[in-house]
Amino acid sequence: MTTPRLYKTEAIVLRQRKLGEADRILTLHTPARGKLDAKAKGVRKTTSRMAGHLQPLNRCMVQLVQGRTMEVIAGCETLESFQPLREDLDRLSRALYAAELADRFLAERVESAATYRLLLDTLRRLQSDADTDLTLRHYEMKLLDQSGFRPELDRCLGCEQPLQPQQNFFSPLAGGTCCPSCGAGAAGSRSLSADGLKVLRLLQRMSYNQVRELNMPPALAQEVERHQHSYIVCVLERDVNAAAFVERLRREKLPLEI
Amino acid sequence: MNELPTAAAAPVARLIEEFHKLPGVGPKSAQRLAYHLLRMPAAEARALAEAILEVKERITFCSTCQNVTDVNPCRICANDRRDRSMICVVEEALDILAVERSGSYQGLYHVLHGAISPMDGIGPEDLKVEALLARLRSDEVTEVILATNPNLEGEATAMYLTRLLQPLGLKVTRLARGLPVGGDLEYADDVTLSHALKGRQEAQG
Repeated sequence: MTTPRLYKTEAIVLRQRKLGEADRILTLHTPARGKLDAKAKGVRKTTSRMAGHLQPLNRCMVQLVQGRTMEVIAGCETLESFQPLREDLDRLSRALYAAELADRFLAERVESAATYRLLLDTLRRLQSDADTDLTLRHYEMKLLDQSGFRPELDRCLGCEQPLQPQQNFFSPLAGGTCCPSCGAGAAGSRSLSADGLKVLRLLQRMSYNQVRELNMPPALAQEVERHQHSYIVCVLERDVNAAAFVERLRREKLPLEI
Repeated sequence: MNELPTAAAAPVARLIEEFHKLPGVGPKSAQRLAYHLLRMPAAEARALAEAILEVKERITFCSTCQNVTDVNPCRICANDRRDRSMICVVEEALDILAVERSGSYQGLYHVLHGAISPMDGIGPEDLKVEALLARLRSDEVTEVILATNPNLEGEATAMYLTRLLQPLGLKVTRLARGLPVGGDLEYADDVTLSHALKGRQEAQG
């Protein structure tokens, strides 16, 4: 795609890193150009007019100028700042996890309007929905779908027979489910309960409004999370950093609520 | 760097390379600095070298507040004229200089040496949080002021610390966020503006 020297686009700020004295490099998620890095000059000074508009997770309208190595942000205005996310550490940590996943899965400068829409919807859901972990599981499944890593959940990836409603296996390396006889010896495979399989299928096929009605016992939610997480780590070939923080908050919160 | 130093004598090339490692110094600046040093009187060059060595040899972190210091405990922690009931928590040692410059704070400090950044894998365990908790257990502190940066990482850190500290029965406060002096209202983003509105104060004339 040829891009004009100066253009305007909507974007979600995925992450930022410091550059030099007072600049930052932002990773933006745009609908038409996927993710791209852009330089924001002077945004670490308190007098910066743009700094507040360019915080991570903000949705904003940015004006970009083509630079030699990357775009430079010429102007911007907040469209949506997701304030409730920023005032609640549990919601914030999950939103950062969602943003990190988007950053890892997205290709640079490739149209990705569907993923943009998905991330935006997810951030809005994370602001107010009760079960934010369920929101994330749905997001992960849809993101895997959109990036071409939809896991197989109907047949055994070994013998290609349809799965029976029983204890089966999930193998991240193979890319989905295995029947008991094929899965037991497969590298990295873990047992998958019949209920776990049902939930994974629901997450893969149902709309969010149907998914949010789900009410899982904690053990089942944990099983589903473990399988999805191991699959994502396997696809990305690396850990998702923000997951550790989400996990830590969950762990530290437990004794207070009992 | 490979194309540059070949023309220069080996010691000069080495100096250029060392300068080039510093933040914000490109190849051209490194050359300029190195050749400036060559023309410098020997005494001045020696003074610079000694200053660098001294910093590396004598400066450590204060065992109490984690500030950079040449004496332990640092001068602020050792000063009995300072208010020992307050601890101002900052991200970096440089932030102490900024708060001190304001001249409006007489309490103690605590340097975290970073901020929580989940996406970069920086969690509370990478910061000096344990040391802060230890101080709160033993000291006569009644108020903790969270002076982390008003950006996403700073806010996350402040929220995390609030969670940790509030159960201890302390007064936990956060620096006010609002409009910067010398800024224009029309350029303020909505988050800053809403903070400024929430934290508005009765006008004084």
